[in-house]
Amino acid sequence: MSFITILLIAVVALLAGMEGVLDEFQFHQPIVACTLIGLVSGYLEEGIILGGSLQMIALGWANVGAAIAPDAALASVASAIIMVKGLGGATDAQTVIDSAIAVAIPLSVAGLFLTMVCRTLAIPIVHFMDAAAEKGNFRGIETWQIIAILMQGVRIAIPAIALCYIPAEAVQAALEAMPAWLADGMSIGGGMVAAVGYAMVINMMATKETWPFFALGFVVACISEITLIGLGVIGVVIALVYLGLKESGGSNGNTGSGDPLGDILNDY
Amino acid sequence: MAERIQLTKKDRFSVAFRHQFLQGSWNYERMQNGGWCYSMIPAIKRLYPNKEDQIAALKRHMAFYNTHPYVSAPVVGVTLALEEDKANGAPIDDEAIQGVKVGMMGPLAGVGDPAFWFTLRPILGAMGASLALSGSIMGPILFFVAWNVIRFAFIWYTQEFGYKVGTEITKDLSGGLLGKITSGASILGMFIIGGLVQRWVSISFTPVVSSVEQATGAYIDWSKISSDAEGIKSALEQYDSLGSAGLNQIKETTLQANLDQLIPGLAALLLTLLCCWLLKKKVSPIVIIIALFIVGILAHLAGIM
Repeated sequence: MSFITILLIAVVALLAGMEGVLDEFQFHQPIVACTLIGLVSGYLEEGIILGGSLQMIALGWANVGAAIAPDAALASVASAIIMVKGLGGATDAQTVIDSAIAVAIPLSVAGLFLTMVCRTLAIPIVHFMDAAAEKGNFRGIETWQIIAILMQGVRIAIPAIALCYIPAEAVQAALEAMPAWLADGMSIGGGMVAAVGYAMVINMMATKETWPFFALGFVVACISEITLIGLGVIGVVIALVYLGLKESGGSNGNTGSGDPLGDILNDY
Repeated sequence: MAERIQLTKKDRFSVAFRHQFLQGSWNYERMQNGGWCYSMIPAIKRLYPNKEDQIAALKRHMAFYNTHPYVSAPVVGVTLALEEDKANGAPIDDEAIQGVKVGMMGPLAGVGDPAFWFTLRPILGAMGASLALSGSIMGPILFFVAWNVIRFAFIWYTQEFGYKVGTEITKDLSGGLLGKITSGASILGMFIIGGLVQRWVSISFTPVVSSVEQATGAYIDWSKISSDAEGIKSALEQYDSLGSAGLNQIKETTLQANLDQLIPGLAALLLTLLCCWLLKKKVSPIVIIIALFIVGILAHLAGIM
């Protein structure tokens, strides 16, 4: 890898790391991070495909309250770099991408550990901010805020740069040495892993009231002609209609006797 | 009477811009407090000309704070309105401001998480990813642009809304609007997740459960197909009427085909429900993910998948 490429990868990694905590612009989402790594290293299309595959797995990963989810930032950046290293060799692109997906999972745990370290290191930082507030030092608070954000970026940038210096031959040799059953098995496992992310989302939102809508979504999706946008429209319509009916039902419920036929007869 | 000190639109925009970095100094002690104080600086500079008031304001905004980073915007708006009143002499003490922040952050986080993390991001992410899987650059662009347009529009307009409505907003919030948004987002989210489970969790069982020798006429007799264009035409015509089952004399049915006749994606559904149950039993998602890879490898070796 040329110096420029490594520099650009470091910038992407820095953005992804910062976003891993900010959760605003979404540079840490695999579909964005892997695409950017692919773009700066000359493997755009493979990067997009890896990003799309990892995104499907990471859909439900979210930081809720003080709980922190597996870290998408390190998983996407590091697995994309490993993929780029592996692509120059004899192994075909799809196998390299599948292997990168499998590698991403343990990386997301390592990233989680790193972000916990950073969030602990941020405690003294806010104490420095307290001290600056005590003196009315605006610039001090701003500087420490920026340092804290950069620290989260460096958390991903350092491992990314380190990975860039692993010789490509070593990654390729490891991929070539991997038996077919292992590669196929991992890609089968990868197909199932998305279920975990969806389960995390379901557990957050499932109530007696919402379960029927899950069942409906599942069955409607069996009609393969309906695209995701179509599913989205159907979902929005159902939610609006349901809320509307619930509201009108609630206001009628006060006057009605709970017997719809009786109400109709009474109205005559 | 002295002229009222007001925040300009530029000040408010500057606060909204900084508010995007709310979680930068997220820490285990007071969580988003540093980022909150950082966001408030342009307003504090405008409202309080003398040093003591500035120091008091900065210290006031270093208190514990934690909510969803986007729905925090209306809280910012209300706080700006309160600070503006305070700077103009209204008797608002530190506790009142902290009280409003704490009072709003809980219920708002309860809306932000299902609306953004569990509904909007899975939907946009899945749309982008399904395009990206074919290598199309439109996938990442669609996701990135749509997300950021929606996000910034949301934080700006809700902050302005909070600023204009002021503390009145807490009445609106308790008036069932939040409940409605949460329940609407949950319904949409659950519907979409149901669809995603069907489409994107892939399990395929390979064992052959039955092989039947088909009757003459139910399959293409390849020995009778001539090897010219006419032959190809005849083969395609037969294929059209017989379907893929007609390609071989022996009709093989895999376990997967049987399951798909019940409902396509049944195994994916069961796997997802199993994951839900395991997560409820406090099994770490990482453990489940690694276990699924191991199951995938073992099942492949055993010839099941």
